[in-house]
Amino acid sequence: MKQKSATKRIPELYNWVFLTPFLLVMILCAGWPLLRTVFFSLTDATLDSLKSSHFIGISNFVDLARDHDWWHAVRNTMTITFVSVPMETVLGMMVALILHRSFIGRGWMRAIVLIPWVIPTIVSARMWAWMLNDIYGIINELLLMASIIDAPIPWIASNTLSIVSIILVDVWKTTPYMALLMLAGLQSLPQDCFEAAEVDGIPFRKIFMNLILPMMKPTIIVAVIFRTLDAIRIFDLVYVLSCGNSANATMSVYARKHLVDYADVGLGSAAATALLFVIAILTVLYVSFNRKKTAVI
Amino acid sequence: MVVYMSAVMKHIYRGYNNLRTRTNRGDIGLIKRENAWKYKRLVKNTIFYVLCILVAAYCLFPFYWALVSSLRDSAHLFSTELWPSKISLENYSYVLGDALFGNSFLNSAVVATATSFLTLAVCLLAAYPLARHSFPGRKRVLMLALSITTLPHVAVLSGLFELIRILDIYNEKTALILSYMIITVPFTLWVMTNFMKSIPKDIEEAAIMDGSNQYRILTKIFLPILWPSIVTTGLLAFIAAWNEFLFALTFTLTAQARTVPVSLALFSGASQHELPWGLIMAASVVVTLPLVLLVVIFQRRIISGLTTGSVKG
Repeated sequence: MKQKSATKRIPELYNWVFLTPFLLVMILCAGWPLLRTVFFSLTDATLDSLKSSHFIGISNFVDLARDHDWWHAVRNTMTITFVSVPMETVLGMMVALILHRSFIGRGWMRAIVLIPWVIPTIVSARMWAWMLNDIYGIINELLLMASIIDAPIPWIASNTLSIVSIILVDVWKTTPYMALLMLAGLQSLPQDCFEAAEVDGIPFRKIFMNLILPMMKPTIIVAVIFRTLDAIRIFDLVYVLSCGNSANATMSVYARKHLVDYADVGLGSAAATALLFVIAILTVLYVSFNRKKTAVI
Repeated sequence: MVVYMSAVMKHIYRGYNNLRTRTNRGDIGLIKRENAWKYKRLVKNTIFYVLCILVAAYCLFPFYWALVSSLRDSAHLFSTELWPSKISLENYSYVLGDALFGNSFLNSAVVATATSFLTLAVCLLAAYPLARHSFPGRKRVLMLALSITTLPHVAVLSGLFELIRILDIYNEKTALILSYMIITVPFTLWVMTNFMKSIPKDIEEAAIMDGSNQYRILTKIFLPILWPSIVTTGLLAFIAAWNEFLFALTFTLTAQARTVPVSLALFSGASQHELPWGLIMAASVVVTLPLVLLVVIFQRRIISGLTTGSVKG
């Protein structure tokens, strides 16, 4: 009896031996830094005096709540998230429906759709900044030629329009990813009922509204939460497109600016912690949805 | 593109031809109905392919425009012709001859390769028990990995900065590799676990019957079967590390230590209007071309990896 339980225990120990490197890496580069950031947010640390910082309670958070720039950053982040995620979802669904059909060149089409996703964000930002350039940009040129506008539009220099530009590039960049998630969802649905509906001559609009959409609901919810989490932490695109203009900073850009450029680790960490808090709430939602959906876990 | 277009045109034309020849035979009423149906299909097909071309143009145009702009000499940079009348490689010879750019290209390659190999080693070990055994705490580990993928990277910035100072690796490649593990490891673990789960259990049981131990099972049986999945996940980790910006920007100081995205972002002229756009576009194309080639070659694999990673079908 005793021997049996011993033989059973050895593989169980093995499991944790195999998991040790992973857990160590996660503790070292995610867990510990995260705890330190939350700790720094309660101190007056600066970049040069990380060790000799003093505990000052929640005064960093009070400063944060009083800072107009912070609330501006929050508003920008929310605008970007709540405009671009729905747009990506609709466009992604359309692209997924196209890719789901079998047609000549489908493999090529899939590769083409992946290209915006694979291009480094910094490169995309530069490419679009060039296209959106107010004097030499091709987009202004085309709009002028089609006489939609009379004068060149300052896409990036103007505060309100630069948010529009950021959304435009973000949608371009992340639609492929959304489309792939939707495509995976579409392919996992039972295909025969769509075929039956098509043979019966039911218009596609009806098939989509009454069959595809309800069945795709779990996939869409997970994809939307996933993309929302990604959009809230947006950094690279805004950093390059706004060229340091604080009028269109997002929460991540604000946090990094205070952390590194102003060397105010306390306030920067407080901003990062606030962002973390928002994301943590959404992550709990995401994980619980994903758990419901995946029987395998 | 041209080949594709001609194939599509042939497809559409064949539909149209069918429509014409079929009218000579059989019952008129039936043909009329059939014709109406075929006509509808023809219209539908045409709309579908037009839609395809629009989507392709939307996805490709920015990259195409960067390519075209990079091939212009400085005198014609601001022209808006769709194809340069005179191709000049002046931007490319400058970018490729620039020692600093070459250096950051090398940095990126070293960091991304090292990150993907390290990630694979860690994740292969960890995915094995997660995919093949059930034990208490397994679900928790997977949920932990999933939660870390959603972490805002700026939230670990100050903690990591301190850690990197303590380890004395600031401004070095090791610092970047260490920080990139947060991005690549949880995602790779997730994908790898799903891939490993799809291997039938009998293989493993046969090996246990033959007296193999856990380590042998992993290295001698799973690795050979799994190599396509390893290529996929390694590729995804490589792309993520190649494209990373925030950590690379924060943890490097000198121009020699920069990776490609950072040097591209900090590449600037005297003012915003004097940016050397031709050079920036040439550098962009050089940086992106390897990735585009990878996508064209490994399209199917990348898609399967990406989709098993976040939403289970």
